[in-house]
Amino acid sequence: MRKSPSITSKLPAVCAIALLLLIWHTACDLDWVPNFMLPAPGAVLRALAEDFPMLLQHARVTLLEAFYGLMTGVAVAFITATLMDRFTILYRAVYPLIIITQTIPTIAVAPLLVLWMGFGAAPKVTLVALTTFFPITIGLLDGYASADKEAAALLRSMGASRWQLFRHLKFPAALSHFFSGLRVSSSYAVVGAVVSEWLGGFEGLGVYMTRVRKAYAFDKMFAVIVFITAVSLLLMAAVTLLRRASMPWEVYEKMERKD
Amino acid sequence: MSDSILRAEHITKCYDGIPIIEDVSVHLENRELVCLLGVSGSGKTTLFHVISGLNPPEEGKVFLRGEEITGKPGHISYMLQKDLLLPHKKIVDNVALPLLLRGAGKKEAREKAGTFFEQFGLAGTELKYPAQLSGGMRQRAALLRTYLGSQGVALLDEPFSALDALTKTEIHTWYLHVMDQIELSTLFITHDIDEAIRLSDRIYILGGKPGRILAELKIDPPRPRDKDFSLTREYADYKREILRILDQ
Repeated sequence: MRKSPSITSKLPAVCAIALLLLIWHTACDLDWVPNFMLPAPGAVLRALAEDFPMLLQHARVTLLEAFYGLMTGVAVAFITATLMDRFTILYRAVYPLIIITQTIPTIAVAPLLVLWMGFGAAPKVTLVALTTFFPITIGLLDGYASADKEAAALLRSMGASRWQLFRHLKFPAALSHFFSGLRVSSSYAVVGAVVSEWLGGFEGLGVYMTRVRKAYAFDKMFAVIVFITAVSLLLMAAVTLLRRASMPWEVYEKMERKD
Repeated sequence: MSDSILRAEHITKCYDGIPIIEDVSVHLENRELVCLLGVSGSGKTTLFHVISGLNPPEEGKVFLRGEEITGKPGHISYMLQKDLLLPHKKIVDNVALPLLLRGAGKKEAREKAGTFFEQFGLAGTELKYPAQLSGGMRQRAALLRTYLGSQGVALLDEPFSALDALTKTEIHTWYLHVMDQIELSTLFITHDIDEAIRLSDRIYILGGKPGRILAELKIDPPRPRDKDFSLTREYADYKREILRILDQ
């Protein structure tokens, strides 16, 4: 039995991260950078531990916004992509629009949303939906297009209706692309929710971030950043698990390719 | 002639106004194996698309057991060199797909399909995914799916051309055996002259541009044929005749 390739392939990344942390620690320890501007890794970790209960409380709000936003984004993406795939004219009309909306920076839209919708959850959910919608739509469109043309002809020869073709061929073919999009979107969702909280609100990681920034509590700032990174990574891992559960055949396809 | 299981009459099919096949008529009798032999580009696959109802012809009609099915998919399915099994479905669901598309319930379709697994040498693969099966097994599954989708007629488009010579001989023997068991009639596309002579009851030779039937040849010795058939004088005569027609 060979060693698991995932361990050997992850080793360089682990070393790189360890090296960066070491440089950071040394830089702080030898006072290359003033400590109030860049807190040492140890200080950040201490702040993280101290604030953890509070961070969890804020995270609950942020994650809920991110979740609702992501679900809205997925639903809208699914409807849009499916209609675009079904009606070529719609594809031609809407595709450029979708690309244009992606060039508008989130930061620029967020204040507008707050002005329109107030300081509640609505502008946050909307912003998250706007940012997550794109990768999933593109993923689904690519996925639908990737369905085997010959298999489609064969299914039609068996008398498959348009709906049956979608259900048995196109939708399953799009699943892997969908999950790739969802993975990216799930990290966008957290970031989107945090950014929208900067602009106002009562609770949430973004609100908390603004507060500690105003207090010049750099160690706490860094602690939030580390926390958000961890949450995003966890979400991405959750998507991977969901993908494995929904596509049990993928494992065998990967094994087959290795043979 | 009226009891032909499948008949295509005077089929002409164009793409972008250019005729690909012209005035092609073929018929298939019950439990017969008929080959369409021709060089690539002679419109063999086009004819299959017409017969399966995917592309309606400009002229001509297709009958299945006397009922006209021109341009109506859902009656006859075909099988290609690529197995085209859906990767996300287990073998039993892949095979049962034609039944499902026709409106059968999932359980009912699975049960019906399941009864043939033994016969097709697929026992034990029901709940596996296509990626877990070898190429030969996948072809068998694809053939079973074709059978369940085709009401006694199978259209095979070079189904074994990716296999090596030994496996090919083996699967030929197996195919003829299964075909007799399940009372299947087969229309078979190939560009392999030896394969055509070994398997067929009759051979249509397709050629020219646009493609037409150049000749129809009956291979007399009854199936199953002796292993040494391909070494006989008779066999060589058939082959010489076919080469002569293709050369013209």
